[in-house]
Amino acid sequence: MAASGCFGYGVEYADAIDLSTLGAVVSKGLFLAEREGHPPERIVETPAGMLNAIGLQGIGVHRYIKEKLPELRRLGATNVVNICGSTLDEYVELARILSDAEGVDALELNISCPNIKEGGITFGCSLHGTFDVVSAVKKVTRLPVIPKLTPNVTDVASFARAAEDAGADAVSLVNTFLAMAIDVDTRRPKLSNIVGGLSGPAIRPIAIRMVYECRRAVKVPVIGMGGIANATDALEFIIAGAAAVQVGTANFVDPFIWSKLLDGIREYLDRHAIARIGDLVGTIDLTSREKQWISS
Amino acid sequence: MPVDVEARVIRNTRLSSDYNVITLAAPEIASSVGPGQFVMVKPGRGHDPLLRRPFSVFEVLRTGGTVEALTLLSKRIGVTTSMLFDAVEGDIVSCLGPLGRAFDVVDPPADAWMVAGGVGLAPFATLAEALIARGTRTTLLYGARSGKELFYLDWFRDRGIRLVLSTEDGTVGDRGRVTVPLERELQLSDRGNEIMIYACGPEPMLEAVAQVAARHGRRSQVSVERVMGCGMGGCYSCVIPVRDARGGQHYVRSCIGGPVFAGADIVWD
Repeated sequence: MAASGCFGYGVEYADAIDLSTLGAVVSKGLFLAEREGHPPERIVETPAGMLNAIGLQGIGVHRYIKEKLPELRRLGATNVVNICGSTLDEYVELARILSDAEGVDALELNISCPNIKEGGITFGCSLHGTFDVVSAVKKVTRLPVIPKLTPNVTDVASFARAAEDAGADAVSLVNTFLAMAIDVDTRRPKLSNIVGGLSGPAIRPIAIRMVYECRRAVKVPVIGMGGIANATDALEFIIAGAAAVQVGTANFVDPFIWSKLLDGIREYLDRHAIARIGDLVGTIDLTSREKQWISS
Repeated sequence: MPVDVEARVIRNTRLSSDYNVITLAAPEIASSVGPGQFVMVKPGRGHDPLLRRPFSVFEVLRTGGTVEALTLLSKRIGVTTSMLFDAVEGDIVSCLGPLGRAFDVVDPPADAWMVAGGVGLAPFATLAEALIARGTRTTLLYGARSGKELFYLDWFRDRGIRLVLSTEDGTVGDRGRVTVPLERELQLSDRGNEIMIYACGPEPMLEAVAQVAARHGRRSQVSVERVMGCGMGGCYSCVIPVRDARGGQHYVRSCIGGPVFAGADIVWD
């Protein structure tokens, strides 16, 4: 799946790749209204990663339904719409509107964007907030509801449990890690927003640990992401417990990554004689390792 | 449609201690690139640097009628430009493109004036060829810090392009920024004849050129360079404020809405 905020609305990539071959296109986060986002600079590169503070620039849900969704349907994309609210009522209203739209396959609840002051992460950083927003949205939609969890908490598994208790159909994690970078010559922050979210290969080991913890905490599927740059990285998430994976930053580097990921995963399944990718999910081997006699 | 080419370095010519022209075997891109379009480049396969960097395509190289390669004009500033400076024949540079909106190329009787600042010369070789192909009279106003940083003058001269040079240290041409000769030439220009002004260089220069052009009632097209993450419209990092028809302004992604904009449309910071 193409991760939210890393793939525009999907249509931007339709010239380059066949969107119907993706597990899903997760839309850029949508509010009810259009948003301008933060002034540049909005991204800065860091070792094996990047910080972003885009500020959820977006066209709003109504223009998305009118201008993007018909094209996405025509292209055969599976559409997960990422929704953001400043208030609980905004999430509910967005869920209602999108439930009536043709071509929406699931909702991902953005309760984890680190870059905006209002809403969003204030739900995602409180167990009650997470429970309340998921249960409120579940009441008004039949679409699968997938809260996207923030890693900026002490015990992410407890948030996965709160989401599951509230009726979430799956959870996705991780959103970006709150971070910052400073230009030492000017002593100014490198992002206009001062702080931003860290993504890319640098965060992968932490994301793997969090997916592993959540998989042990909940029964609903866990969708894993965080720094996946090749098939091996994706397999690592799956073995840790991810039923599906999303790719974000690596798509910036290589917009043709998708077929390479699929080929690599298929090759792995063949090599290990595994019939279905589902058979691999959460199969991390925690038994104590036998000592191998290696003749020299 | 953009393609990703693992392009072999055919040649790497150092023009100075920090400028170089690197020749890449990417005929798939070179044969379809429009003037002012760009490529996203990544030398090396590792995660540092992680992201690609945008470069205007400088020249399209042909042997006979066959397009063989493209070149990039680069100035060593950061990690990627240092790697491009140090690259040797046979190295592989990942090259994604062509990307972005090209210049709108004017026809005679309009004249074309290309205003370049430093490494902002990059998009003007392909634009010059497109203008020449249409028979449009073309001038290059080219400014740099010093005469040692003015490159490819013969390349443009040989193609019949009028050169107007300026340097900040006064070693060649007018002393000062490129807007000094631009202002003078515009005052001398024939009011009855249309002149399209194309500009590429540092953003303060683009702002100044767009304002000078507007003051003289001339249209301008500027090629902006913003920090860019993907080049495809995915990340929303490279936005620039642009006026809309309703008198408001909004952030437009310079990778797909640009990098070429009408100078009059940009809201300068």
